Amino acid sequence: MGARPVEDLHLVSLTKAFGDMVAVDDLTLTIPAGSFFALLGASGCGKTTTLRMIAGLEDPTSGSIRIGEQDVTGLKAYRRPVNTVFQSYALFPHLDIFENVAFGLRRRRVKNIKPKVNAMLELVQLGPMARRKPSQLSGGQQQRVAVARALINEPDVLLLDEPLGALDLKLRRQMQIELKRIQTEVGTTFVHVTHDQEEAMTMADTVAVMNAGRIEQLGHPAEIYELPRSAFVANFLGQSNLIEGQRQDDGDMVTVVAHGVAFRLLRSRNAAAGGSVIVGVRPEKITVVDAADAARVPDGHNQVAGTVTDVSYSGVSTQYLIRARWGQELIVFEQNVIVGDRCDVGDEVVMHWAPEHSFGLDGSQDVYAGVEPAVLELEAAQ
Amino acid sequence: MAPVLPATASAAPAARRRGRAAYVLLLPGMTWLAVFFAIPFVTLFMTSLQQPVPGKSGKYAFGLEFGNYVTSMTEYWPQFVRSFAYAGIATLLALLIAYPLAYFIAFKGGRWRSLLLVLVIAPSFASFLLRTYAWRTILADDGPITSTLNALHLLPDGRVLNTGIAVVAGLTYNFLPFMILPLYAALEKIDHRLIEAAGDLYASASTAFRKVTWPLSMPGVVAGTLLTFIPAAGDYINAELLGSTKDRMIGNAIQTNFIEFRDYPTASALSFVLMAAILILVFTYIRRAGTEELV
Ligand SMILES: Nc1ncnc2c1ncn2[C@@H]1O[C@H](COP(=O)(O)OP(=O)(O)O)[C@@H](O)[C@H]1O
Ligand SMILES: [Mg+2]
Repeated sequence: MGARPVEDLHLVSLTKAFGDMVAVDDLTLTIPAGSFFALLGASGCGKTTTLRMIAGLEDPTSGSIRIGEQDVTGLKAYRRPVNTVFQSYALFPHLDIFENVAFGLRRRRVKNIKPKVNAMLELVQLGPMARRKPSQLSGGQQQRVAVARALINEPDVLLLDEPLGALDLKLRRQMQIELKRIQTEVGTTFVHVTHDQEEAMTMADTVAVMNAGRIEQLGHPAEIYELPRSAFVANFLGQSNLIEGQRQDDGDMVTVVAHGVAFRLLRSRNAAAGGSVIVGVRPEKITVVDAADAARVPDGHNQVAGTVTDVSYSGVSTQYLIRARWGQELIVFEQNVIVGDRCDVGDEVVMHWAPEHSFGLDGSQDVYAGVEPAVLELEAAQ
Repeated sequence: MAPVLPATASAAPAARRRGRAAYVLLLPGMTWLAVFFAIPFVTLFMTSLQQPVPGKSGKYAFGLEFGNYVTSMTEYWPQFVRSFAYAGIATLLALLIAYPLAYFIAFKGGRWRSLLLVLVIAPSFASFLLRTYAWRTILADDGPITSTLNALHLLPDGRVLNTGIAVVAGLTYNFLPFMILPLYAALEKIDHRLIEAAGDLYASASTAFRKVTWPLSMPGVVAGTLLTFIPAAGDYINAELLGSTKDRMIGNAIQTNFIEFRDYPTASALSFVLMAAILILVFTYIRRAGTEELV
């Protein structure tokens, strides 16, 4: 499509306050041209507000928005090279699919609309639906019309506000692949807002984790997942075991003592500046062995003894909850590669993992930040 | 056809009973329609064809006097034309006044919406006759409105009262709520995000109005114009109280024929012609407005 050079999108100290409520707090970030960028965060963290400011539907309280060298902060929505796929699609009910898709082109008095609209409808696989009304389409089809209607204008940036939120799980997966295909095909910058961490990780080149109006961490999905820099990210993006301790001595590795147990981690993977450190490890990085086989734990591994309190088998993997001596429950995922070799509730076990799989976080944070409220309630009940 | 299963067979009487219940429920409505619409309709039509009884003025007997229709059209065509012209202008004026008002209440009214709507209908709590009569004072020759307009040399006759202008003003005023309420109902339903979406798709505020808000408010426009035009076209109070004898509408003609001349056949024929004319106009209008195209 567009032979026009695509430009980076820059947000500079972007802030939006509604009265006393700061919805978006001093946001600075650059979204590279042609990337699939996911803005991930819990409901109410300011994702929609950020998108609306980029689209020009909301005026920032302060800060600026640039596309390439052009400052668009003061431009009206209809003058920005940006289009939006709305959370609720917002298709025009009085116009058929063809006219919905043609709307932007007609407003700009583009010539020879018909082949363009038809090509776009082909791209989203809705060719035969051109003369239907939006109300005659399924949710997934309406979603694709919304994408086509925005994309046909060849915007520099396409904003998608939880575009798959209204679809059921199976259709969501299908549309994730579909959207990714469309993005690769047209090469437009996509800014995709979602509260689904799996969706963000599978679709995006870059994920920004947003919390309370700020970006907590930004990077490639694998990078953020493997090395979260805050408790919120560690808990919100996948699951983590977080253990609070004190830094002891620094050799080539940082050693943190928690509840009388020493944990070692790489200096480069420690984000804590002070003496108070939260040691974290992802559940799938942990190996569980029977207490009797503790001697088999490789030298130098971090290890924690505990009692199995819960086993849930899910086919691909088994999830264990194991209570450490100090009472904290750790979560472990084990791939079911060996048939019949599983622990049972009540078994005494040893968990161990390589030091390079640990990460260190600043100890002043709440270890429960970003945990789903439902999980917290469950733990409180136990 | 699919084979009939025993279950279907046993369910049939229940379904039939339910069907009968539906007819029973329709009965009061149908009776109402028969007594207050169908029978009077036929009676009126028969009256419109009656002939005078020779020698007895004011007495009419059964007949097939289609001449009544000829008279009503040849003698009263100016009143017909005036009725539709006045009602048409009043409807247009009401639309121009009501649309911004309804738009404001629906989109900017916020928590004052209900109060504003009550204010719209509040004048209707006073009698129709009284309110129309009040316009005689408002438009009086020595009143502020007439004086101002005269000072600006805007009045050809030097007055407003007892002219067509006064009649149209009265009609516009009296039927305004019937325009505002359906418009409000239609506008209030419009999802604000659609207007934002139009802006996102390069429509300026005025284009967004023309391409999204206006078409989506069409059901309200059609309902409002019909609810204003139909009663205005048949109205006689406004012309009676605010106009001169030169400004009489068809409603006045029917009224005088009925009450003063006791010429029931002509009055009935006039009513029928009015009804037919309105029906034709309304159907043409609805087809042109293309409301069936709307959601
Ligand atoms: N127009 C508004 N007026 C007042 N508060 C608002 C408005 N829009 C959003 N907010 C508040 O700003 C916060 C962020 O909202 P939003 O950007 O919609 O979050 P998200 O899309 O991440 O769920 C929320 O607490 C919300 O209540
Ligand atoms: Mg949102």
